[in-house]
Amino acid sequence: MRFFDFNREFRDRFHFSWMTICLVMVMLLPFILFFGLLFKSTLILSSNSLGDLLFSSIWRPVRGEYGFLPFIISSVWVTVLSMLIAGPVCLLTAIHLTQYARKYVLRFMHPVIDILAGIPSVIFGVWGILIVVPFVGNYLGPWLGKEVSGYSILAGSVVLSIMIIPFVLNILIEIFRTIPIELSEASLSLGATKWQTIKYVMIKKALPGIISAFGLGVSRAFGETIAVLMVVGNVAKIPTGTFQPGYPLPALIANNYGEMLSIPQYDSALMFAALVLFVVVVVFNLASRTVIMRYERTS
Amino acid sequence: MKAEERFFRIFMFLSTLLIAVALLLLIASILVKGLPAISWEMISQTPKGGYYFGKEGGILNAILGSLYLSLGATFLAFIVGLPVALFMNIHLINRKKLVNSIRFFLDLLWGVPSIVYGAFGFTLMIYLGLRTSLLAGIITVTLFIIPIMVRGMDEVLKTVTRGLYESAMSLGSTKSETAYFIFFRQCIPGIITAILLSFGRAIGDAASVLFTTGYTDYLPTSLSQPTATLPLSIFFQLSSPIDEVKVRAYASAVVLTVIVLTISILSRYFTKRFHQHKISD
Repeated sequence: MRFFDFNREFRDRFHFSWMTICLVMVMLLPFILFFGLLFKSTLILSSNSLGDLLFSSIWRPVRGEYGFLPFIISSVWVTVLSMLIAGPVCLLTAIHLTQYARKYVLRFMHPVIDILAGIPSVIFGVWGILIVVPFVGNYLGPWLGKEVSGYSILAGSVVLSIMIIPFVLNILIEIFRTIPIELSEASLSLGATKWQTIKYVMIKKALPGIISAFGLGVSRAFGETIAVLMVVGNVAKIPTGTFQPGYPLPALIANNYGEMLSIPQYDSALMFAALVLFVVVVVFNLASRTVIMRYERTS
Repeated sequence: MKAEERFFRIFMFLSTLLIAVALLLLIASILVKGLPAISWEMISQTPKGGYYFGKEGGILNAILGSLYLSLGATFLAFIVGLPVALFMNIHLINRKKLVNSIRFFLDLLWGVPSIVYGAFGFTLMIYLGLRTSLLAGIITVTLFIIPIMVRGMDEVLKTVTRGLYESAMSLGSTKSETAYFIFFRQCIPGIITAILLSFGRAIGDAASVLFTTGYTDYLPTSLSQPTATLPLSIFFQLSSPIDEVKVRAYASAVVLTVIVLTISILSRYFTKRFHQHKISD
């Protein structure tokens, strides 16, 4: 400590101020994000009504018509479908890993989940193009009697579901671990089998947690960009089936930004799209995290 | 009931297997496609004329660009993130409710998609009068990884026993000395894990740098120049109709995967170290 000349009290004050400044900056960040995007969207919100923007399916930027419905519907399709795939897989795996699995399975699966969580989305996109798209286009489509290219809502959902599995799975494992052991012991001592305990006691206890884990998965899936963009086909039309190409909101922003700077209205429309994404994701996050927090407090 | 359990156990086993197989398939398919195309030339040269038509050159611009970008962003996020994490766990040690709401906020921020940060960063960039540049990219990615960094360090710091805080305070050290000399030292391996995790996020994300960092064939020599990044180089090369270029996208994917896997292995090592030296109640 003698390396420093000025006194310790002063140094403590300095660090305290710097820490407070950093904390306040970080806490303000979500508000800055929200108001920044809102401010940029005022232009489009003043020329087009909110209802038109959200519920019209006419997308003609050149003529000033910005109906986001095709993109919103594509996003919903991709998100719901990927959760339908990832949800059951995560729930079953979480039960398996926390209740049944042997030590060596755990020792193997933990790194697998970690690595899967760390793989960049562009790599998932490459994998999607290499494996998922040809599989959907050459096998699954013809097998179901459909003439498809493979670049579809379905391909996007499969890629997305693998991406969100580690994320949802980690939360689920955490939730099953926080269930008090006394609860299952009580059930077992009353003569219930292990399976009955899991089915009637543990799942029932964990239900709010499970639902909010899925909610967090939805918010993660809704905002994922590059991987989905690479395999989903990007056609600005309301999709009518899972084998059709779609065009989710994040892909719309990623594909058009930068080029459209010359048209202020288009620029503003894309910022509005980002705002919609932000709001949807934050609402889902808020709801899910509130439930999880309350759940952890009670157990 | 017995049959039902057996039925579900089979499905549980299958879904666990599915996850492992998905990862193996993912890595295997990228290695099979990419390894044959990888060469020393590929990772040691910048693109030469006609590179995007299958002529010679490499992706050194993207590799170095990505490293500069992620190192810069990780460094900035560390400077802002470490004080926040320490503040939450030392100065606010008696304000559990407040700390929990801060955690709640950070988790919320963590959930914001990177494309939103990208769009916001772009607006910020225009507002500040910057062009697409390394600096704009670093700022955007910093915003994007700060919540990851803070929550990562916070998870480690909150496991330190309260006794350590009390002994340090009773020996007369100030709160910031307790924070930087005691808690920080104690948690170094765990903090390195948090840094590595953020670095991995920073190097792998494409959506936040798409509009802010731009793309160029040259090595960046200053913060105000546009910079190539690995995820974007994969993305752009893959959308080319020429096969030679597509193969290079796979090779670039191998490079990125290897970097990310190395980070993953390193962080596992440091997590282990942290648990070995942990002081528990």
